[in-house]
Amino acid sequence: MNGHIDILAIESSCDETAAAVIRSGQEVLSNKIYTQIKFHTVYGGVVPELASRKHVEKINYVVKAALEEAGMTLSDVDAIAVTYGPGLVGALLVGVAEAKALAWAARKPLIGVNHIEGHISANYIEHPELKPPYLGLIVSGGHTHLIIVKDWAEFEILGRTVDDAAGEAFDKVARAIGLGYPGGPKIDKLAKEGNPNAISFPRASVNGSEYNFSFSGLKSAVLNYINHADMMHQDFSRADLAASFQKAVVDVLCQHTVNAAKAYGIKEVAMAGGVSANSALRAGMEKACQEHGLNLYVPSPIFCTDNAAMIGVAAYHEYVKGIRSGWDLNANPGLKLGER
Amino acid sequence: MNLIALDSSGLVASAAILEDDNLKAEYTVNYKKTHSQTLLPMLDEISKMVELDPASIDFVAIAAGPGSFTGLRIGSATAKGICLALDKPIVEVPTLAGLAYNLFDARGLICPIMDARRKQVYNGLYRFVDHKLVTVTDQRPIAVADLVEELNQLDPGLTKDGVTFLGDGVPVYRDLLDALLKVPHTYAPAHANKQRAASVGALAEVLFAEGKAIPADRHVPIYLRKSQAEREREAKLHADQKS
Repeated sequence: MNGHIDILAIESSCDETAAAVIRSGQEVLSNKIYTQIKFHTVYGGVVPELASRKHVEKINYVVKAALEEAGMTLSDVDAIAVTYGPGLVGALLVGVAEAKALAWAARKPLIGVNHIEGHISANYIEHPELKPPYLGLIVSGGHTHLIIVKDWAEFEILGRTVDDAAGEAFDKVARAIGLGYPGGPKIDKLAKEGNPNAISFPRASVNGSEYNFSFSGLKSAVLNYINHADMMHQDFSRADLAASFQKAVVDVLCQHTVNAAKAYGIKEVAMAGGVSANSALRAGMEKACQEHGLNLYVPSPIFCTDNAAMIGVAAYHEYVKGIRSGWDLNANPGLKLGER
Repeated sequence: MNLIALDSSGLVASAAILEDDNLKAEYTVNYKKTHSQTLLPMLDEISKMVELDPASIDFVAIAAGPGSFTGLRIGSATAKGICLALDKPIVEVPTLAGLAYNLFDARGLICPIMDARRKQVYNGLYRFVDHKLVTVTDQRPIAVADLVEELNQLDPGLTKDGVTFLGDGVPVYRDLLDALLKVPHTYAPAHANKQRAASVGALAEVLFAEGKAIPADRHVPIYLRKSQAEREREAKLHADQKS
């Protein structure tokens, strides 16, 4: 063992079949991702049944590739980790069943990992200096969470979206202007050619928590703008619309993050999730943090989108705390952060 | 031959451990609970009881489908994980052939029916010839009315010794079958009328001897149906072509 802990991690919560081997919660020995995007594009979004079918078809190949790249066999790893929620239940079940069977047959401990915890933990890979407590913003196609990471694998949720996730809003707006799926990268690209101040879209505040988010109102405002222009037979710049929509999302995310950092006296801010690969969000958050004397941590894009490396990192911190899952581990599509 | 057999294709979850023609342990539960939670604990429990060293098995037998899409995937991913860890192959047993094997050497025609919703059943037709399972009609989804019609029209030589129905489609369609069937028929009793991993394992041993084991990585469930999204898309494309 040589003093380090090697964890084989599996992730199948949505449309990426992924496996990785992570050494002691930080060093990525391998990180394999089989992306299914091309199968879902014609449907304009992820089809859960198709995603589940692809997972079960590809899973052994991906796991083997991860072990091979790490130069290991299953008997060399210390534990097996798997995402068990939140996510698409049918998709999660494939990874969970595979991981349980691997751990059972190879006589290894099993660790069920929360997908959101995985995202935020992705920051430890490239930022070993990052330590709790810090503020975390997780933005992806399925999740928008503002949290305090109080200690290793301990979280307090400050705010979350009350309707659409930020990435979902990107997908829906992209579909409305004919960009197709997945919307995030396509809007990001088109917005570079547009004026972010051309159209004024609302920055929604939410009753209940000053740190909660709402993106469905913004999405509706964008759709109304398009419908109105169509009805009046007016041309509009799709690039301006993309840039203005994107700015509205980025402004709210940055504002809430800065407000929370000030209110809780936290100087360290970490971003994670697929949307944190968005160039406008990265630039906007960088600027906002600089202005307010905050240190910002963001993973490389490969660790922002769904991957198993982040699951292996999160699992390490659960492992050292003694957390183990039983053979009855089940997929939990609505798993909350901090729950087991 | 040592093997683990699994069937989570329907409401029943079943795990078995076999050694040649010896069933060492079987655990079958026919109760509403997610197979994800139950299947591996069941296998773990019987493995401990018979002191199975997983590394000693030669292959894993899996009820490969048709069945509940989710249930099939839980069984398949479990089998694939075990086989990856132990570097062993998989023997795929069609779910309906596995069911038919419950009635080894029965006289007449064996007609398993699994409720496939949308007014259909998953069904195949089987019989035993010289103590070997012979497929008369490959497994397929079929409307119950069409199955009745097919059985009524079948060569009387195949049905004269009676047709035995089994599977979770029986309680759903028994009255309809009694009303419409013109051939002698009966229904399998409680110990033999649902999926049993022991039958999957026993039939898998025959298939293994015939060289039908496959690399576990390649195994995927036999769904027999496309996903709803694919069906709707194809229907739309078809309609667009016509208009």
